[in-house]
Formats: sequence, C-alpha cells, structure tokens
Amino acid sequence: MLPGHIGFISLVFSLFISLILFFFIFQDYKSESQAPSLKVYSLSFLQLLTIIISFFCLVLSFVISDFSLAAVYQNSHTTKPLLYKISGTWGNHEGSLLLWLLVLSIFSFCFLVQSKYTPKKYRLLTVLFQNIITIGFLLFVIKTSNPFLNLFPVPNEGLGLNPILQDPALAIHPPILYLGYVGTSIIFSSALSAMIHRFVNPSWADSIKIWILTPWIFLTLGIMLGSIWAYYELGWGGFWFWDPVENVSLMPWFSLTALVHSIIILKKRDTFHSWVLILAIITFTLSMNGTFLVRSGILNSVHTFANDPERGFYILTFLFLLILLSLIIFFIYQPKDNSVKSFFLFSRETAISVNNWFMMFFLSAVLIGTIYPLILEITKDIKISVGAPFFNIIIIPFLVPFLFFMIFGPKLKWIKTNENLMSKKLIFNFFLSLVFSSIIYFFWGKTTLLNSIIFLLGLFLLLTLLFEFLETITKKNKVNIPRIISHFGFGLLIVSISLNTIFSVEMDINLKIGESYKFKKYELKFNSISGKVEKNFNSLLGSFSLIDPKGDISYLKPEIRIYNQPSITTSEANIKTNFFYDRFITMSNIQNSEFFNIRFQQKPMMIWIWISALLISLGGILSVFRQKD
Amino acid sequence: MYGKKVKFRAAFILLVLISLVLIIYLSLKTLEDNVVYFLSPTEIQNKEEIKKNEKVRVGGMVKKNSIKSYTNYISFILTDYKNEINVTYSGTIPNLFSEEKGVVAEGTLKDKNYFIANKILAKHDENYMPPKINNSLDSK
Repeated sequence: MLPGHIGFISLVFSLFISLILFFFIFQDYKSESQAPSLKVYSLSFLQLLTIIISFFCLVLSFVISDFSLAAVYQNSHTTKPLLYKISGTWGNHEGSLLLWLLVLSIFSFCFLVQSKYTPKKYRLLTVLFQNIITIGFLLFVIKTSNPFLNLFPVPNEGLGLNPILQDPALAIHPPILYLGYVGTSIIFSSALSAMIHRFVNPSWADSIKIWILTPWIFLTLGIMLGSIWAYYELGWGGFWFWDPVENVSLMPWFSLTALVHSIIILKKRDTFHSWVLILAIITFTLSMNGTFLVRSGILNSVHTFANDPERGFYILTFLFLLILLSLIIFFIYQPKDNSVKSFFLFSRETAISVNNWFMMFFLSAVLIGTIYPLILEITKDIKISVGAPFFNIIIIPFLVPFLFFMIFGPKLKWIKTNENLMSKKLIFNFFLSLVFSSIIYFFWGKTTLLNSIIFLLGLFLLLTLLFEFLETITKKNKVNIPRIISHFGFGLLIVSISLNTIFSVEMDINLKIGESYKFKKYELKFNSISGKVEKNFNSLLGSFSLIDPKGDISYLKPEIRIYNQPSITTSEANIKTNFFYDRFITMSNIQNSEFFNIRFQQKPMMIWIWISALLISLGGILSVFRQKD
Repeated sequence: MYGKKVKFRAAFILLVLISLVLIIYLSLKTLEDNVVYFLSPTEIQNKEEIKKNEKVRVGGMVKKNSIKSYTNYISFILTDYKNEINVTYSGTIPNLFSEEKGVVAEGTLKDKNYFIANKILAKHDENYMPPKINNSLDSK
C-alpha cells in the first residue's frame, strides 16, 4: 500500500542523491572556497531526509499492520500492543538495516554540521568516506534486504513477533546499540581523512574526541540493555553468557575504550599517532564484523536470528573492501613520527599504554574464543562451542594487574612522576579493603582466593576514587570528575559481580501443586496456579511462598505465557528487587507430567550491576559536556 | 653503537611481540581444555572411546512419549532418527523443550547409551533445529 511504496521510492531516491553528493564533494574539494558549498549541505540534508521518510514509512506500515509488505507480515500481528508494533520495525533483519542506515546518515549529517572549525578538505573527505559507507549500505538494503518487498495476495493476518522480543528493554536495545556501532563509522572516516591531510595532531584529537565518546556511551548503554533483557527474559538469572552474539558487541567496546584513553595522549602530548589510527580502523571493522556475524547467521548462538548466506557474503565483501581501502591509505599516508616524544616509565603515558595493552588482550581473548569455533567448523567440520569457562580462565586472572594499574595509573603525571604515590590515605584504604575481603574469605569461605583478591582490589579502587571525589568537592581541585565517575562505575561493577558470584543461592527443582521443598535454611512452597486470558496471550500464574532463614515469608508469582501468534510458550520471571539482592523465580511446565520445573535464585547486588553500567556511561556523558566549555 | 632511541624502540617492539605470543599461546592453551564438542547420537555410537569426564553437547530431537519427570530430575530420549541416547537432566527446563522438537543438551557421557546433562540450551526460535540434525534430515 501507499506508505510502503513511498518508503521504497524514497530509498531509491536517497541512493541517487548519495551518488550526486559524491560528485559534488569532488567538485567542492577542488574549489578554493573556505567552507563546503551549500550544495553539499543541502544534498546531505536531502540524503538524511529521504532515509528518514523511508524509515518513517516502514514504521507506519507496521503501525497500521499493512500485511502487503513481507517484513510486516512476517513480524507483526494486529493484536500486538502499539509499542511492539513499532519496535517490530527493527526486530527483523530488513528493518534493522534500515535503522542502521538511518543512524549512519544522522551521524554523517551531524558531523558535517558540527565540524565547522576544522579544515575544509578534511571535512569534505570525511563526509566522502561516510558517503561511500552509506552507498554500500543503501545498495545492500535495496538489493538483498528490501524491507518494502510486496506480497500478493495480501494476507489477512501477520505471523507475529517472537514474544521473547516483545519487551520494553529489547524495544530500545537495537536503536541504542546501533547508535554505538554506527557511530564508530565517523571515527573511521575521519581517521582516514585526517591521515591523508596530515591532520593527525592534537587539534584533530580534540575535534574527534566527542565522536569517540558518543558511540562509546551508546555502546555501553546498549550492551547493558541487552544484558538486562537476557537477565529477566531468558529466565536463567545470569546477566552475561559469553554468547557469541554478546561477545561480538563487547569487542568493539574494548577497542573503543582503548581509543577513549589513547586519544587523550594524542591530544595532550602529540604522540601515539599511528596507534590511534589503527584503533580507529579496528573499532569500525569490529562493529561491521558484528553486523556481519549476527546477520549472516554464521554464529551458532542462543540468539538464532533469521539468516541468509547471500547477505553475509555481501557484508563480508563490503567489509573486505573497506579494510583494504583503509590499509592502503594507512601505508601510503602513515604519519611519520619524526618527533617521538619521550616519556619516563612512571608517567601517565605508560599508564594509558598499559590500559590499551589490557584492552587489546581482552579483545584478542574474546575474538579467539568467538571465531575459533567458526574456523574449526569450516576447516575440519567439527562443531565445538567455547563457553564461560574459557573466558573466565583467560580474563579473570588478568583483572588483578588491571585493577592494580587502574588504582595507581591515573595518579601518575604526564612525562614523569617524581612524587611518592603511597600516601597515608591510600594505605588506610588498602587495609580497610583487606579487612573486608578477609572477613568474606575466612568466614564465609566459599570463594576462591582469586575472587577475594579481585574483590579486595575492586574495593580498594572504589575507596580511592571516593576520597579523590570528596577532595575535589571540598578543595575544588582540578580533578577529572568524568574519569572518577566512570572508573568508580567500573570498580562498583567488579565489586558487585564478585559479591554476586560469592553469595548467590540457587536451586532447580520439579514440584507439583501443593508440594514444598526445603534447601539450605530456605523453604519454598508451591501454593496454587491460576489462569488468565490476555489480549495476545493466555497466562498461567503460579503462586509460591518462600520462607527465608530469618523466618520472613515472601510471595513470588512466576508466570507462563502461551502466546497466540506465533504460538510460543515463554516463562516470565518474577523478580523481587531490593538494594541488597534480587529474588528471582521462574517456572515452566514439563510435557506429559504434573510437575512444574522451578528455578529459584537469590542474587546479591544485582541492581548495583546495572547502576555501575549507568555510572560508566554517565562519566562519558559528563565528559562530552565538559568538552563544550 | 645504536642510539638510545633505537634501543628503546627495539625493546618496545620486542615487548609487543612477546605479549602477542603470550596472548595467543595462553588463549589456545586454555581453549584446548575448555572446548565443548558438539555430537549427534550417531556420532556417539561411532566413537571409539568415551572419556567419562569430558564435557560434550549432544543435539537431536526429543523422542515422542519419552519425557519422564521426577522431583530432582527428568529423563528423556534424544534421537537423530538413526540412533538414540537416554538423557537424565536436573536443572532449568526451557519452555521450548518439548517432545518432537530439537534440543541441545550439555553434559557428560556415562556410556554410549546414557548421557547426564547439566544444561539444556534454550533457543529463541521455535523452528530451531540443531545443525547436524538439519543436515541429516535434509539428506533423507
């Protein structure tokens, strides 16, 4: 119907505009003028506008349930709540790529407008590279993943969106994550352009910093939202599974985090040029790679999304060409570091290099763990999976030196530090943390020494930062508040996760109605079950009472939902949250039996894990605003 | 003799190389011990020897009328329509787990006919089939 047609025409139109824009950028590039011409501005704007129209048309088609479009038919249903009709737009491959394209053009346009204090040729070339990426994706969408594909005859009713995806956190997770992924394209384009124009210097670092922080903030939030969703929707009560699809979003985060740190060296000390450029290229490659791996369906993951080898092939070819282009540019225009700025061992330069080393280590470990199964499958036709044990063994021990450097690194000064880092406060903090962690280690005793050391260092980091923060407020010291907040968030994350692993209580049991079960001073009773009919699903609501070791009774009501369209059964966890712990219960029915499968968990500090992720990104947000001053 | 700067550079490059080798060595070494192989019931039957403590994943279909449940565990038969294997499992049962549907179980083999699972993997997609079953169904 109409919106679908307009959407498609608008998309094709956008491709033409992009090609014309390509031509005008070249023309403008040769001209003598000081700023890009109005043509470039207006064409960029038109490019953005046509993509917005196209995207809006697709959303509209979902809202009015226009089943003449295949994408709507396959992923929507008339009885679905409005929010999930809208989020259904990007809950599928075709729509999510249109969203990718939308975010890409928003970023390109914002860059063009925001970068007015940088050299003209550098700006134009950056926009040109962005335009190449846009054209690539436009072709990809139109050719292999057209969301406006028509169906005939028009079906009366859609197939519905997978109920597991009908969830508020997952409704906003893809847009936020894409703002992170796609945002890295600007870093890539501008790095290539700056290289060609010999503009890799502190003033470039200053102008690009905001474009590094923005995707970093969104990527952090996007990963967190995905994790929250997995926590309550998948019903396992964990928040990170080392699933390939999760790893794929974590890898660009590591390199982006390294970049957030090393760009500071470039800005303040005018060194590390090549390394910053390599990181910029790696980050975008990993983001594209993420799209490729998830969308091609190569990954053997718990997130089995629809897939198509042709699409994977296209993205892979496109990615290959982009990497080739960037490598050629890198080897031709590689910055000649004539002025290697020397620095001493005890300096902030060293501290940041150490941070980057660790980021690269974590990145490589995750990369190897994620792609090794793929390589083995292709070369030897053996199917394996690499799970949590591998990542835990390889990453957790390295957190010890990492946290240590995170405590002392930021205290070091540029070039050389002569002062003694050991202050009385620091020693006091250390002993306080030591006391706490020893109590946990010796009295509860069900944890490993390694976990206790990590907890100790995490706590030490928290206390140190807390003191720094208090000093800043009282003395108005010139200390970097955003850094303190982000690092504090990370320390809190480590402490929360340690406490979570040490003090979790969990049990799996099969119960009939009326039965009760005792475990570790807890008693769980299965009282009753009741049925309810909702708009697009039927629900079975269980009623449980839990008597905890103190004798307090709490009531828990997990739910089983049987969705009509598509007909899928899901468990809705019932989670009781407070500041100290989450109580988490799920139930599922077992075929041919009166038993219900019950999973109960008491997970300490859960809310603090989410809060710490928020703090990490809050630091980034503050840093963006501080820049403007 | 070489200047100070050159020496520093050489040391730096050496350091990077050493850490690179270290990373790859450590990762591969850990991988070796922590890899979980994915097998079908037929592949288990054809295996020459069975390591009792080795973690494996078995994929197949849940046989009709084979699920039996008890307070602490359930049992069922997993089949690839050529061979089958008995599975016992205690833990969370995903909703998509039902008879005549695909399933992937992770655990250890007691012998060729008996598998003790400690994890059943939930798949988001109701039409999901373990990859090897898909292949063997196609080839039928």
